[in-house]
Order: sequence, then structure tokens, then C-alpha cells
Amino acid sequence: MALQFKRRLFGATVAATALLSSGLVFAQAGQTVKIAFMDPLSGPFAVVGQNQLKSWQFMAEHFNKKNAAGVKFEVVGFDNKASPQESLNTLKAAIDQGIRYVVQGNGSGAAAAISDAVTKHNERNPGQEVVFLNYAAVDPALTNERCSFWHFRLDADTTMKMEALTSYMKDQPSIKSVYLINQNYAHGQQVARFFKEGIQRKRPDVKIAGEDLHPLGQVKDFAPFIAKIKASGADTVVTGNWGPDMTLLIKAANDAGLKAGWYLYYGGVSGTPTALANWQGGPVRQVSIIHNGLKSIQDIQNEYKKRFNDDWYTGQTYNGLALLAGAMAQAKSTNPVAVAKAMSGLKVQGFNGEIEMRRLDHQLQQPVIISEWRKATPQVPYSVENTGFNFQEVRTLPSFVASTPTSCQMKRPS
Amino acid sequence: MDASYLLISTLNGLSVGLLLFMLASGLTLIFSMMGVLNFAHASFYMVGAYVAYSITQAVGFWWGLLLAPPLVGLMGAAFERFALRKVHKFGHVPELLITFGLSYIILELVQLIWGRQALDFRPPESLQGPLFTIVQLPAGMQLAWGSPPPMCREVAEAICTTFPAFRAFGMGVAVAMLIAVWLLLTRTRIGLVIQAALTHPEAVESLGHNVPRVFMGVFGGGTALAALAGVIGGALRVTEPSMALAVGAVVFAVIVIGGMGSLAGAFVASVGLGIIESFAVGSDRSIADALRFLGMTVNEQTFGYAVWSVKTSQIAAILPYLLLVLILIFRPKGLFGTREG
Repeated sequence: MALQFKRRLFGATVAATALLSSGLVFAQAGQTVKIAFMDPLSGPFAVVGQNQLKSWQFMAEHFNKKNAAGVKFEVVGFDNKASPQESLNTLKAAIDQGIRYVVQGNGSGAAAAISDAVTKHNERNPGQEVVFLNYAAVDPALTNERCSFWHFRLDADTTMKMEALTSYMKDQPSIKSVYLINQNYAHGQQVARFFKEGIQRKRPDVKIAGEDLHPLGQVKDFAPFIAKIKASGADTVVTGNWGPDMTLLIKAANDAGLKAGWYLYYGGVSGTPTALANWQGGPVRQVSIIHNGLKSIQDIQNEYKKRFNDDWYTGQTYNGLALLAGAMAQAKSTNPVAVAKAMSGLKVQGFNGEIEMRRLDHQLQQPVIISEWRKATPQVPYSVENTGFNFQEVRTLPSFVASTPTSCQMKRPS
Repeated sequence: MDASYLLISTLNGLSVGLLLFMLASGLTLIFSMMGVLNFAHASFYMVGAYVAYSITQAVGFWWGLLLAPPLVGLMGAAFERFALRKVHKFGHVPELLITFGLSYIILELVQLIWGRQALDFRPPESLQGPLFTIVQLPAGMQLAWGSPPPMCREVAEAICTTFPAFRAFGMGVAVAMLIAVWLLLTRTRIGLVIQAALTHPEAVESLGHNVPRVFMGVFGGGTALAALAGVIGGALRVTEPSMALAVGAVVFAVIVIGGMGSLAGAFVASVGLGIIESFAVGSDRSIADALRFLGMTVNEQTFGYAVWSVKTSQIAAILPYLLLVLILIFRPKGLFGTREG
């Protein structure tokens, strides 16, 4: 109890300092900005959460050497066990510790819960506002019907990714019959929905050979699903699966000798590259905002590998801190309200060129990239999970092409 | 639904079922001896996988397979000797609670020692490829040993499905174990004493046998079987702290459906559940389809359409529990059980 009390007191002091200093010019320089990271650090998805916590901390170190606002970032990890309910507890713990910036990404369900809770908290506790950076949950609802002023999305959402993916698949005449397999929750359902919508518009001749939704993180043996895909005769599989659900799916496909081509969201996430190392099937392509050949990330990914013997694949960690630093410099403060206002509509230089946090819905506008799993080359030498392979660019859709409309009616603080 | 799909789904179901059986056999043995449901049984399955992983890192997979089960069996025996036996005199509920507590302690210990992340525990090099390939041609089905034959690449109509060698190995281990346990229980003196101690412990004791030691041996043996399943399951699937939770509930469903304490029941229930699940995942039929087949009109306007239109593949994961409930209602002693409740 004593410890908790002290922590709260400390939190209050930090918040008070932040408030007091917000009026001063360049008062933010030298301040420490605490960021609460909440994602699965235990359970089936721990391997992903652990990597991303390290990625955020690694990027914080990178930005602490030099950033636009001159602030120091400190990232504190909280284990939300990938559950929306548990996320509310970790959010409360973070707020009690006086942390005003929250980052989360794994699971659109948890992201929606945090976004709602943050919005409510900010309404009820003026002066103690919290800003939520969603770095990977891609359910379009979060920047459409459920959008919030306090929620900022750093990844490209499913409407953008599917727009890019179907535009690319349109030009692949060998694709005739597609199988959809996804996790049964908001994200997986949206992937299936927007893929069908997009492909029907662009390639009405492509047949949907079958569609499956399986429980999130529960399936340990995908062999029956692969047998089904095989029996359907599909030549291509589209999936938004991530973490072990992706790794085990690929493993089962390889074990059964499935020859189909794959279009994925998360081929580079911890564990999956190792399963892809001796891949025998068709081409594996990924739609994301990053690929291993990007000039701007070479030093970062090499340094990360040297330090942790692991891969840095969450580019959003760079863009998130670049945006925060940019907004703090512009607001001349670390006060969450001022920073959120500055970040809404802000343009900064990200790892993938100029990025813009769209004012309308807080969806980051950035290029979307289709890349393919290939053997490392002298031009793209990086070896993902020491497999000798990596994701190489096959097409990049610039921001203005990848952009999709929004129906967000945002309530802004006065 | 072609022949190769039927064959591969049956094989997949069998391999899952046999893995479940390895777990369920130990649990049901312990239950029939002591009348105690061992809640920590799946935890010993997990410990088996982790211990085997560590041995594999040091001296190779085969030593892991050989040494992990007896090691974990010793742990189980020690737990029986120093904890379970002490609370035996207070009745079944404290015994149940102590195994329940143990499952939490094991989980935390495993996370402390090996971390919270999934481990890279793989089958040995020699068992990583396919055992055989099923080639489906318009003319019929063929089997070929080893990797896909050249025909798979050359003939456009050929659909080739490979069956992983390690899956087959796991099935072989399960069958060998089944035979060994059956022989031990029915054909040896030890088996005779165990069976007698099950029903008439006082009589066996008065004949000069150390019944508590028999109990300890059975508990250790049961946990060793769980650990053996863990070595196969860990390498076949994933070795991670949630692996005990993933199988724990299903194993209880298996032994209740099969009948508490019945080895034959556990076998039929686990293989049955494995095959049912394998085919359920492959089916896109729903209750709405069945009603349509009966000549009723079912569409979006029908009351409760959201429920009727759920596909079998979507409920595959809860089928074991559905069966569990049905069995408890209509045949509480299970398929092969002898005692009520």
C-alpha cells in the first residue's frame, strides 16, 4: 500500500509539474515523458508483445539522443494479456501512476476498449487527460463510427491495406480462386469483409473458394483447416492472422505441402519468419507500411538485431515517437491536451517519408507497401530471424493513393 | 469431398485424438486409483515439454524423449508422497484443492525458469519431412513414400498432400504406450496388485503389499505418461506457458465422456473427439442447412437466424464441451464408465 501511495503521489507531482510548466516557452525541453505500453507480455501472444515493448524502448533511446522537443521518453510495460477487460485494469494502473500517454496495438478489441475508456476518463477528469496512440490495431471502426479525438492510429487501417492489396491482386491474372482464413474477432472479420468488397469491385471474376473464422489464439493445430483449403482448390490464401495464429497456420500449410500463394498482413511478426524459412509453396506477399529494403531503417534494424538478436519490424514505434516529439515541440509543452491538439493534423518526417496525422479521423496518412518473402540479396541483405530471407518491395502505393475516406464525426475539446 | 480429403482429415483427427489419449490415460488411471481428479495433470504435460526442450538443447531430442517422462514421473511421485498423502486423511476435497493449487505453482515456476515466451522446440531433423504424400488424380488416389513425387509438379491436375513424419511418430508412440500400459495392467504381477488395490486396498495390504507405495507409483506413472504426451505435443505444436490450459479442459471432457476411470473409454472418447473436431472444422453446414433439407424455408427474416446459420466449422472448438454436457445429462457414468456420477 505504501508503495502504491508513493507512486500516486509521484504521479501527481509529475502531472502538476507538467501543468505548471506548460505556459513557459520551451518548458518541455529536458522533461521526461512517461509512456505506458500495454500489450500481451504473457500468454500465447507474449512473444509479439515482448518484441514490441523492446522496440518502443529501443526507439525511445534513439529519440532521447535527439528529438524535436528535447524531451526524454520513458516506456513502461504493462501486461494486458491481449484482453479488452485486462486492458482497462492496466489503463487504470497507468493513470494512477501519473502516466498520460498510452500505446497499444495487439488486438482491435483491446484497442476499442482503451479508446472508449480514455475518452470517458478525459471527459470526467479534466486536467488529467490521457492520449492513446494505437500502433497496430487496424479495425476501421476505430477511425470511423467509433472514432475519438484522443485516439491516434499509426498503422494503416484495413480499408487502406485492402485497397492496396486488391489493387495489386487485380494485376495478377494467375489469381482465380481465393480462400479467406481469419481470426474470429473485429479485425479478422473486417479483413474478410473489406477483401470481398474490394476484390468484387476490381476483379469480379475471382471466386471466393471458402471462408473461415477461427477462435483467436486457441487453435494449436491448423492441419484440418489446411486440409479444407486444399479441398477447396483455392490458388491463393488471404489472411490477417498474426502471432502464433499466423506461425502455426504457415507451419501446417508447409507440413501438408499446400502450394497456394499467400497474401498476409503480418508475415514479419516474431515467430512467423522462422516458419517461412523453408517455405515450399507459392509466393508469400505482405501488405504493410514497411519492408526490409527501406534505406531509412537499415541502421535501426541492424542495431536492434545486434543488441537483442531479434527483429525490429514495428515501424510505427519510430513514427509514433516522431509524431509525439513533433507535437510537443509545436505545443511547447508535454501537456496531453496541448500535444493532442498539435498532433491532430501534424505533418512530420517518418521512417517512410512524410506522414500526416489526418485531422478528420486521426488516421495516419502514409504509403502502403506490398512486399514479397525472398532470399536476401546484396541490395537487401537483411536476414529476418536469421533465415537468410526478408521482405522485399514489389509495389508501393503513395499516401494519396492509399488514403481512404472516413465517416468520423469527431468531438473535439474546446 | 474427395477421398484424399477424407483420408487426411481422418489421419489429422487420429493424431490429435491419440495425443489426447496419452494425456487422458494417465489422468483416468490416477482417478480410478485414488478417486481424485488431478487438476495439475495438464501442468505435468507442460513440464514434460519444457524439460524435454532443455534436455534437447543439451544432448538432443531422443534423450529428451527418453529422460523427460521418468524425470517428471519422479516429480509426480514426490508430490504424491510429500503433499497428496498428507491431505489424504482429510477427504477428497482437500486433495482436489491441493492439485488445483499445484497447477498454479507449476505455471508460475515454468514462467520463472523458462520465461513467458514460446520456445523453439522442434522435432528432430530426421523426423521433420513428410512421411508420405497422398496424390489425388482425376483417375484416383495414390500414395507415395517421402517427399512429393515429380508427378506433383508435372501433372497440373494432381493435388498432393503430405503427411508430416513427426505426426505419424507421435501416433506410433501413443499406440505403443497404449499397448504397454494395457499389458502392464493385465498381464503382469504389478498390474494384478494395482488392480486389486483399486477395489480392495485393505485386502491387498493384509497380504503384505505396500498400498501407499502402489499409489505413489501409479501417480508417478500417470504423470510420466502426461510428460510423454508433453514431449510429443510440445514439439508438434508450441511449447509455451499456456499449453497446459489449452489441453487441460479438453482432457477432462475426454475422461468424463469416456467414463471416469475407464482406459478403454478414454481411448474411444479421445480418438472420437479428435476425428469429430477434424471433420467439424472442414464442414460449412449449419442448422439452417439441415432445416432447409427438411423442406423448411430459412432466411434472414427467420427468428434467430444468427444462431441457425452458425457454421459447424465455427463451433468445432466447443463441440467437446457440448458432448460433455449431453453425456452428463443422458449417461452420467460416461460411455464405458462403471460408477454413477
